[in-house]
Amino acid sequence: MRRMRFIFAGFSLMAVLALPIAADTQKTLSVQIREGQIRATPSFLGKMVAKVAYGDRVDMLEDRDAWKRVSIPGGKLQGWMHTSALTTKRIVLKAGQADVQTGATRDELALAGKGFNEQVEAAFKKENKNLDYTWINRMEGFKVSPEQMQDFLASGNLVPRAEGGTP
Amino acid sequence: MKKAVRVMGLIAVAVLTVAACKTMETATTLVTVIGVGSGVISSSQGESIQRSAVAISRSVESFTPEQEYYIGRSVGAVVLSKYTAYANTQVNQYINMLGQTLAKASDLPEVFGGYHFLVLESDDINAFATPGGHIFITRGLIRCCRTEDALAAVLAHEIGHVQLRHGMQAIEKARVTEALTVLAQEGLKTYGSREVAQLTQAFSGAISDIASNMINNGYSRSFEYQADQAALVILRRIGYNPSGLINMLAGMEQKLKPGGLDFAKTHPAPRDRIAEIQKPDLTFTSVVQPKIRQERFIKAGSQL
Repeated sequence: MRRMRFIFAGFSLMAVLALPIAADTQKTLSVQIREGQIRATPSFLGKMVAKVAYGDRVDMLEDRDAWKRVSIPGGKLQGWMHTSALTTKRIVLKAGQADVQTGATRDELALAGKGFNEQVEAAFKKENKNLDYTWINRMEGFKVSPEQMQDFLASGNLVPRAEGGTP
Repeated sequence: MKKAVRVMGLIAVAVLTVAACKTMETATTLVTVIGVGSGVISSSQGESIQRSAVAISRSVESFTPEQEYYIGRSVGAVVLSKYTAYANTQVNQYINMLGQTLAKASDLPEVFGGYHFLVLESDDINAFATPGGHIFITRGLIRCCRTEDALAAVLAHEIGHVQLRHGMQAIEKARVTEALTVLAQEGLKTYGSREVAQLTQAFSGAISDIASNMINNGYSRSFEYQADQAALVILRRIGYNPSGLINMLAGMEQKLKPGGLDFAKTHPAPRDRIAEIQKPDLTFTSVVQPKIRQERFIKAGSQL
């Protein structure tokens, strides 16, 4: 009898654990950063398996708070992305596109390249000729690859204990 | 006649919208109705504007990472109009290696254009972080640090400001509403000169709100304490000793000149920050720095 109860408790636990995953399957998310990286493991040190671009859509397969396991629609590739790279909104790359006119809208849209964009920056620069963006562009060129980060951690005798959470 | 019916329809939608929604949508609705009535925009564009006005809510949260990136670039340009970049590849590489690794362990590891760090050629004790993830640190502040853990604490504190969106919160509310109203006009395929002018005005205002807060007045004490807490979390996650933050603040306490226009003006006194950090009765143990870590820190520091 006791054993039965134990098995039952085990099943209940499994059901509870399965719930959030089931509820979130079939959800499509959009990449909201310029260059997104899909990783083999839910870790910023995880090996990169694919790159995705701003506005690309991915299907969420699993939700572990800060990390989502995703796949590229139509492709076999799957891996992990941090939630801060993703949005539930559909990112419309061009204003006036058909899906903007007919889309489900409300809280579901984000418009790429709209608002404060290159065009507005150019107009702002014209009004503020004293501002120099040379070093802004230069600093944006300072890039560190995941491999370099790993080397940096290892050579500094640093052992990461946890991943970033959710903002 | 058809047109009149359409306009009437739009007005009906407008009335409903006004009844249901708050001020910003109301403003957009009225503008839309006027626009359609005067033939500036077509009615389908009008509907599109109506919809997105609801879609885009009214807080700084509504700005996409892409927009925060553009705001960040210009705020950074303002910082660089007051400070000169320190053009030393070795030290900038080191600071990016350290900073970008720390950022990955924050709660906002991904920003639109990534995190980037730059050393400023100044003896002031100062650092700035833009909403886009551009982070600046003066030579003077690096000199307050005796270990890599202490320097990591400075950078993690700045990453904390980005993660907590402190810069964006400095933008005046009216400005946010103004910008979002123009942004709501998604039906327009491209911006006309009028929209660009409106947006540029809002953009310009947002930049000056953030820059003056960051450079001249400083954030509130509570924002600074929050950024310190975020820094402690980031340091622990990566494996640095959180007491690096306390060591750095102690170093700063010694070097800050009263009456200075840098952290002396914009931040709570280091001793107050230390007291705040130690409030929860946490014990911070000092750990001897691994030799190899200390060596690379000294090597980078020798470039200053």
